Formats: sequence, structure tokens, C-alpha cells
Amino acid sequence: MAAELHVELVAADRKVWSGEATLVVARTASGDIGVMPGHQPLLGVLESGPVTIRTSSPEGAGTVVVAVHGGFISFADNKLSLVAEIAELADEIDAQRAERALERAKSDSDAAAERRADVRLRAVAVR
Amino acid sequence: MGAQLRVYKRRIKSVTATKKITKAMEMIAASRIVKAQRQVVASTPYATELTRAVTAVATGSNTKHPLTTEAETPVRAAVLLVTSDRGLAGGYSANAIKAAEQLNERLRSEGKEVDSYIVGRKGVSYYNFRERKVVESWSGFTDNPTYADAKKVAAPLIAAVQQDTAEGGVDELHIVFTEFISMLTQTPVQNRLLPLSLEAAAEDSGTKGEILPLFDFEPSAEDVLDALLPRYVESRIYNALLQAAASKHAATRRAMKSATDNAGELIKSLSRLANAARQAEITQEISEIVGGASALADATAGSDK
Repeated sequence: MAAELHVELVAADRKVWSGEATLVVARTASGDIGVMPGHQPLLGVLESGPVTIRTSSPEGAGTVVVAVHGGFISFADNKLSLVAEIAELADEIDAQRAERALERAKSDSDAAAERRADVRLRAVAVR
Repeated sequence: MGAQLRVYKRRIKSVTATKKITKAMEMIAASRIVKAQRQVVASTPYATELTRAVTAVATGSNTKHPLTTEAETPVRAAVLLVTSDRGLAGGYSANAIKAAEQLNERLRSEGKEVDSYIVGRKGVSYYNFRERKVVESWSGFTDNPTYADAKKVAAPLIAAVQQDTAEGGVDELHIVFTEFISMLTQTPVQNRLLPLSLEAAAEDSGTKGEILPLFDFEPSAEDVLDALLPRYVESRIYNALLQAAASKHAATRRAMKSATDNAGELIKSLSRLANAARQAEITQEISEIVGGASALADATAGSDK
């Protein structure tokens, strides 16, 4: 069995996901970063965007995609924490609703809402 | 029915109605405490992870950041006071206000100016009545605060801390709120959020004594700290608002419970009085009848002669 790292994904008001993983890919302020077990201790600022987690549950490997709206990634002692104000699992996202939100945000020229909808849609696309 | 008895009956009716209302409020508050407590628990992982990260950066790097270094001569401090919007919660708001007053007193004796920021209508009206200056105030969400509310509250505070003291910025940030210890105990506490005291932060996250590894910062320690500290302040304020909400509901529940108990007592003593009045009325009627009958008997006995 491949080496594993423990992932905790928390949003401001709840714990979104936690479990074992073999690889976590996230986008920090200076580019995409992939964290595998045994990575050197790391603390980085996340950009809004999808985060991909390769899980390694006993039933087999899977992939969890999360839309993260800002936040941090920290890794130490084989424990990875993703801390975000808002985080949503791609499975929870309603693609049609996000698309509608994107249309609306574009017509209202609401930059923040547009970015949020865009992040959601990108997470769904990766899924 | 006699006049006195009627008055008692009316009072019993009105107290019974009040008792029903306070009983309902007690039960509503009881159900809200559970919900608020659940929210406090749900927000804990985020706060813990953030605190751990802040501690890691602040100890693992030699960066000097305005939010972590103490000013040599602090001249101004911001105090955020968390009270409730509504009353009927016993001494809840009054106790929080009292704690804030003590803190203000202490800060002034240390030669610092105090800028007041207030959450909740009760605190605002206390300060307005005394015509004290309030820099900013918020209300309308104290029963059920969301993270967006915490962000709204935190934004001007962070801005004030980052501003130069000469231009009206502050050197310290304190928060006064009511800590939810248990269903029965809620105590007002005064916490200093900034400048960050690392020992207290480590104690909060339960990582005291733990040796933190040397971190690799992405993009740089300064940038990480810049982004991290406002989030840290927001999450602490969010936590304080949630705890204050839970405390408020607990205080309401307790106040309403004693109101219900008191109404029960009142009903009991009023019905005793009503019974006595009814009894007195009956006794009086009987003695009137007996007296009337014997007077009549005396009169007929006299006329017989």
C-alpha cells in the first residue's frame, strides 16, 4: 500500500471532509502545488479554485474535488490541513445553479459573485 | 360575587396568561441553546487549524508584523463589546457591559485612549444614553450570527489596527463577550486579540508545548502572515459571536424559568387569598342571614306579648 497522508478540510462553519489521501493538488499564490506523503512542512496561501484530493480508502483509490474560496494549506507531520472560509465538495455543487449564478453575476457585473460561480464551475468540470 | 373576590380572580387570570408566555419563551430559548452550541462546536476545527497556522508562522519566522509586535508606547486601543439585541435575558447584557467598563477603566489608567465598537442594540443604547462616542456598531444578528456577520464586524477593526496610530489607528484590539461555559454558567470575559500573544494562542488550540516544525512558506512568510491574521481575527470574532449567542439563549432560558416559577408562586398565593375572600363572603352571608332571622324572631316575639 502506498504511503498516505491525512487530510482535514475545514470551512469556517463546518468540517467539510477528512480522510486519507496519496496526493493533494492545490493552487497557491505562486502556482499549483502537489503534496505527497513526506513532503516538507509547508504553509501556503491558496487561490480560489478547485483542489484535487486523490483518496486511498480501503475500497480503492478515488478522487475528491473541492471548490475552495481562498484560504490556506498547511502540511506537517504527514497531516495536511486545508483551511478555507468557504469550501464545497464538487458533488454538492449544482452545476446548473452555478451557471445561472454566473450569468446573473455577469449581467449585474458583480465581480465577487462571478468569481465564486466560476470557481464552482471549474470544480465541477474537473470532477 | 364580591368585589374583592372579583379582583383576585382577574389578577389570577392575567398572571396565568403571563406564565404561559414565559413558559413558551423558556422552551424556545432552550431549543435555541442546543442549536447555538452545535454551531460553536462546528466552528471549532477552523479556529483550531487557523490558530495552529498563525502560531507556526509567528514562531517559525523572524518576520516583524504590525499585528504580532507590541507597540512600545501604545496610545489607543479598540474594544469590541458583544451584547444582545433584545432584553428578557436577566443580567446578560448588563454583565457584559460591566466587564467592558472595567476593561476601559484599566486601559485608561494605563494611559490609552479607548475606541468603542459595539455589537447588539442593548450595548448601543447604553452608550447612547450616556452620550459616549461609539466608533461603529452593528445589530440585528446577535441571535443567530453567520460568518458573513463576523467578517462585517472584523473589517473596520482590522483596518483600524493596520492604520498608523497617528492617523487614528489603534495599537491593541480587545474583545469583551460572554463565554458559554455550561448551561448554567456564562461569564463575561475580556480577551486581547491583537497584538497576538503566542502563549495564549497556543493554549487555545491545545498545542502548548508542541514543537512546531520549520515550515516552508508559500509565497513568503510575510505574505502568509498578511493573509492569515485577518482570517484569524475574523474567526475569533465569529467564535465570540457564537458563544455570546449561546450565552444569551441560556440567560434567557434561566430568566424565563424563574419568571415562570414566580408566576406559579403568585398564582398560588393569589388563589389562597381568593379562597379566603370567598370564605369570608360566605361567612358574612351566613351571619347576615342568622342575624336577620333572629331579629325577625325577636320582633315577632315582642309583638306577641
